[in-house]
Amino acid sequence: MRHFNNLGYYIREGFFSIFTHGLMSFAAVCMIICCLLIMGSFSLVAVNLDEMLGRYEAENEFLAYIDDSYDQDQARALEEQIRAVPNVADATFVTDAEAMAEYAAKQEETELFQSLPDGVLRDRYRIHVSDLSKLEETVAAVEAIPGVTKTSSAPEIAEGFTVIRNIASGVAMILVAILLLISLFIITNTIKIATFNRRDEIAIMKMCGATNAFVRWPFVFEGMILGLVGSLLSYFFQWGIYDLIKRAVDNSDTMQLITVLPFELLSMRVLGVFLITGFIIGVGGSLMAIRKFLQV
Amino acid sequence: MIRFTDIYKAYDNGTKALKGISFQINDGEFVFLVGPSGSGKSTIIKLITAEVAPTDGRLMVNGYNLNTIRPRQVPYMRRTLGVIFQDFRLIEKKTVYDNLTFAMRAVGASPKEIRRRIQYVLELVGLEEKANRRPDELSGGEQQRVTIARALVNNPSMIIADEPTGNLDPQRSLEIMMLLEKINELGTTVLVVTHEKELVNRFSKRVIAIENGRIISDETGGYYDNETL
Repeated sequence: MRHFNNLGYYIREGFFSIFTHGLMSFAAVCMIICCLLIMGSFSLVAVNLDEMLGRYEAENEFLAYIDDSYDQDQARALEEQIRAVPNVADATFVTDAEAMAEYAAKQEETELFQSLPDGVLRDRYRIHVSDLSKLEETVAAVEAIPGVTKTSSAPEIAEGFTVIRNIASGVAMILVAILLLISLFIITNTIKIATFNRRDEIAIMKMCGATNAFVRWPFVFEGMILGLVGSLLSYFFQWGIYDLIKRAVDNSDTMQLITVLPFELLSMRVLGVFLITGFIIGVGGSLMAIRKFLQV
Repeated sequence: MIRFTDIYKAYDNGTKALKGISFQINDGEFVFLVGPSGSGKSTIIKLITAEVAPTDGRLMVNGYNLNTIRPRQVPYMRRTLGVIFQDFRLIEKKTVYDNLTFAMRAVGASPKEIRRRIQYVLELVGLEEKANRRPDELSGGEQQRVTIARALVNNPSMIIADEPTGNLDPQRSLEIMMLLEKINELGTTVLVVTHEKELVNRFSKRVIAIENGRIISDETGGYYDNETL
């Protein structure tokens, strides 16, 4: 109950303390912004790559061509074996005639292909995989099935996406850890300076019978305000930077393979993560800074 | 009530500040604690306010056993004490009123309690007209009155004054001592730590003399005689 009585006092003291050492507060907010922007940018790259990879996986297929000596019944009989290969999500049998029709439909002058006899193309299976990163092993396993003569796939694209995603995730995690520690250090020092400037007040409060909680709360609010202001500003900066990059990618002729998700789809998640991280950095830093000064 | 029973205090650097002292201060008493520099007076104050713990012996302060007190209980024990410092320790950027508010807020007093109590203590110390002044606009004697008001504002059962007249001229010192006597007459126990012989001898009070960590005399209506110290 006493804490609620003093809530206004805690917030007021925490708020005004920010301005009594404005430069350090500014530095702390800037550091939080840098930390969150770098963390956010890498995470958004990873999220987009993941999304692209997912889409590519959903679309991705490779073809397994059946031996010419197999008739259609024999070729259809292979479906069970192909489906039994690990990582095969789906396998659809396509006859040579259907393959030719599909091919012809994609050409501008379709009449050229209408006079061709059946059997120019081979029967084949159109195979979808579950995990694109295991494409090579899956292709090898399918090629090992008797009756399958060759396959056509483009594992290098899938590999490229997987490598970039893994690098982005790894780098993001390392950078985030380092930047979180730096931010925590800066916030801790900011609050330490505030605490040091007010050490006489703290000593008087303690001598009057103030509890540690009463002394601690204004500093916790100060750290929390710095953390939340930093995270809100980071959110808006992140939004701006992301939109700039998205527009550049969308308008580029050389990056047609890349699609960037609209920020609106990710905004709530980004805001939530930023606010939680800012809160943890702010409050954690304050609690670490004030500890020593409470031992009066 | 304060009771020291065979208290020893040795600091980490090896200094033996107190060497087995015992005394008791009952509720409502006015006591001078006298002795030369380094005799152990400040250690006694630090022990009473729980800034340091005794190395050995038993220490009771206003019903709290300071040998076994838990850290979270210390603030509540301190609320039974009002401490006055030689160097005032007022917050320069706050007015007299705000300095007192600050002390009451620290113990979670309501705004209504704060207004009522501050009005009373400012009248008691004769500073009701100077409530909106800042400490640097007041004389040394007035600043010490503010610290007395701050010590009283949470209605403690005991006032501990550590060299309260050390920075004041004789006339202001006498006024401060008379104010503390008046506070004592209103029912608050007062312990004054000083080495000002003339001031102690002017009041016929209990005098505990300490030297080299030991009590060398404890007399009611006693005198502070430098020659015996």
